[in-house]
Amino acid sequence: MAHALIIASTFSDLWNPNGLWIVATAAATNCACALVGCYLVLRRMSLMGDALSHAVLPGLAVAFILSGAYDIGPLMIGAVAAGLLSTFLIQTLHQYARVPSDASMGVVFTGLFALGVVLIKKGIPPGVHFDIACVYQGTLELTPFDTVSLLGHEVPRAFAVTAGVFLLNAAIIGALWKEFKLSAFDPALATTMGFSASLLHYLLMALVAITAVASFEAVGSILVVAMLIIPPATAHLLSDRLAPMVLISLLVAIAAAILGYILGTLLNTNLAGMITVAAAGLFGLAVLFAPQHGVVSALARNLSVSLRVVREDLLAMLYRIEELGSPRRLAAAEASAAVGGGWLARLGLGGLVREGSVTRTGNRLDLTPAGREAARQLVRSHRLWETYLVKHLGLPLDHVHEPAHRVEHFIGDQMREQLQQELDAANKDPHGREIPE
Amino acid sequence: MTGLSLSDKVTIGSALLGGAAGVAGSFAVLRRRSLVGDMLAHASLPGVCIAYAITGSRELLGLSIGALVSGLIAIGLMTLVVRWTRTKEDAAIGIMLSGFFGLGIVLLSVITRSAAAGGSAGLSSYIFGEPGNMLDSDLLTLAAVGAGVLLLVVCFYKEFKLVSFDHEFAKSQGWPTLWLDLGMMAAVALVTIIGLPIVGVILMAAMIILPGATARMWTNRFNVLLILAGIIGATTGAVGVRLSSSLPTGPTVVLTGATIFVASILFAPERGVIARVWSETRLRIRVAREHLLRSLYELNEPTLPRLTPTSFQTLLSHRYATPWMLRWLVDRSEHRGLVTLRGDQITLTPLGFRRAAEATRTHRMWEIYMMEFAGSAPDHVDRSADAVEHLLPESLLVELEDRLAREGRLPAIATEVPASPHEVNTEGNTS
Repeated sequence: MAHALIIASTFSDLWNPNGLWIVATAAATNCACALVGCYLVLRRMSLMGDALSHAVLPGLAVAFILSGAYDIGPLMIGAVAAGLLSTFLIQTLHQYARVPSDASMGVVFTGLFALGVVLIKKGIPPGVHFDIACVYQGTLELTPFDTVSLLGHEVPRAFAVTAGVFLLNAAIIGALWKEFKLSAFDPALATTMGFSASLLHYLLMALVAITAVASFEAVGSILVVAMLIIPPATAHLLSDRLAPMVLISLLVAIAAAILGYILGTLLNTNLAGMITVAAAGLFGLAVLFAPQHGVVSALARNLSVSLRVVREDLLAMLYRIEELGSPRRLAAAEASAAVGGGWLARLGLGGLVREGSVTRTGNRLDLTPAGREAARQLVRSHRLWETYLVKHLGLPLDHVHEPAHRVEHFIGDQMREQLQQELDAANKDPHGREIPE
Repeated sequence: MTGLSLSDKVTIGSALLGGAAGVAGSFAVLRRRSLVGDMLAHASLPGVCIAYAITGSRELLGLSIGALVSGLIAIGLMTLVVRWTRTKEDAAIGIMLSGFFGLGIVLLSVITRSAAAGGSAGLSSYIFGEPGNMLDSDLLTLAAVGAGVLLLVVCFYKEFKLVSFDHEFAKSQGWPTLWLDLGMMAAVALVTIIGLPIVGVILMAAMIILPGATARMWTNRFNVLLILAGIIGATTGAVGVRLSSSLPTGPTVVLTGATIFVASILFAPERGVIARVWSETRLRIRVAREHLLRSLYELNEPTLPRLTPTSFQTLLSHRYATPWMLRWLVDRSEHRGLVTLRGDQITLTPLGFRRAAEATRTHRMWEIYMMEFAGSAPDHVDRSADAVEHLLPESLLVELEDRLAREGRLPAIATEVPASPHEVNTEGNTS
């Protein structure tokens, strides 16, 4: 368990050979999971990762009981069999018994997990090391002490196994890259083009089961579930293409391993848990700061549109007041309040004054010639649209202002021209006001 | 306080939990949110640890409040991620589930290290479940939660029903679907968190899903569904605990529920697999019988109205079927008095002739219809008529007859069979 080993929390002790092996094992595991996870996330079957990593337990138990030894070969076979069986059961329940797909997943994996626990409790003699807690948390901290000889070097057994599974995943996905890609994005098309999406589905599920089992001992099921989902989901926020997405997910997986190891060692806590937390943290950063799909950039985009709308509303309002011919001009506070007030309105007004569309003398706002020209185009868009709505859609007069007010900001020169033609060069809007040239 | 033995208390407690989980879980199943229970269960761990660190005791109430808070934070974050980013709901559930649980394991390892040995032993029961030490106060909490869930359901019965079955309609009718959804999920969250120390993190998801999914097999009615789910859940809990003398309790309870579920899948009337396979088989047999009769009619057609015997071999070459299937069909038809079988020779009885004429008539009417009104090519109609003729409702046939009769396309006597609109192949296979 985590605390059999006491790691001194100084920086030089962080990067000893054992520590490096732990990071390497975690990174290999994470990468193996992230690689197959990309396809789960894209096919919106992320929770199959969760389901399978629990459902393989009875397969493990049966293999363990039958072979009587803790040997990777039988365990793999048992896990793949259990994984494929649960995939089959989930689909069959959904298709033939019409259980909703989420419920069928939940029923199958919890049922199989319960069966696994009972089998382990009943079938495995006490004293044999098969700890269910290990299935959860893994024993990453202990991996450097169980080594095998590989090509003349002593490497941790867990590393050899997980690196092998990573290579296996990479080889199969690389060989069937095109097929997996198509079935990830359009399974129906893949089937019509002659490679069975359901065959690929079972192959993928077999890979997930193998990966889950290979990773169990080292990192525990919770990290497997996390690594199947979190790095691919993070990469999906950062990229719109499959190849970069796979690469980024591998990088995120490695970064999570390193980060989690450092934090876990410094804080002296469970490493697998800390790596999961690190990965979740990276996902959180991507949610906030991803350039295209992040929350911050989306907010910035929304803000810039809102700001433009407020500024254009201000300009159009000043124009309309000029148009009335009265000598009265709006004060800054009045104008701000009229477009909704608040900091956005003040910011918009400030911007207009700075760019020279509006002059502010004392408490009086006036359009400059440049501002008047811009405002004229807006008012023209507004009134053309109102006319169009009345003429071609037959909306009543009191229903056209609101939609025109919304859409005026998004009508460009070309569309104005088109509207003008559609309306046979009308020069009065439905309220009888002139449409400015 | 109650004077019950421990095993009775555990049984009653599990039954209460199962009943409450069944009722609340029905909403999750109907709203396709079954795995939210799984997420909640995992996401509660950090809250449990923090609550333990703050209160220093492992009393159910304190830990449950911690669990509820961290579960609600997870649901909130999940909703925000789904709403604000392109990450889909399944991935968001998985991320919250594993991220929170990872955090929980980190906190647990910190607590285990700092606490005196044995002090935090109760916390790991949150992962694996440990019903053995049910206290009177736990029983009361469970009863209160069960009553609370029932009260919620009774108060919002109509609203929950609408939202469960037709969310979009409820929305369009102006119901506050967001709040109703949250209310249902809150019931699920409450039951999940109370149940955690009894059945454990993973198996709690099963307690939420199994009764609702089982009850759904038996009924299409909401009120029956809720009552059934409650009964099934309570039975699962009680029976599972009683069965688990030498087995781990949580898994045994879940396996009991899974057994009831599998039995329902198989034996439920209407929705059950056996009932569906049975009715499908009966349909298939009827279709095959009608095809057999039509083949006999077509083979007899040249010599009508005299009915001549047809040899088994001719029949076999006329219509594709495996010999034993055909033999069985002929036997069944003889049993029903539709044909007489003498040696290898099959002859239609008058009753059989009548049925055969009906089947042929339906077939050809549909063929004519397909050619006349749907513009199908003559060599395409035989097959499509084959597939559809058995399911045509009689009213449609009458309408078709009327239509053809008006156009003078039907033989003078309405009960006679019209001539085939295409060449009838009497030698080889026609279908």
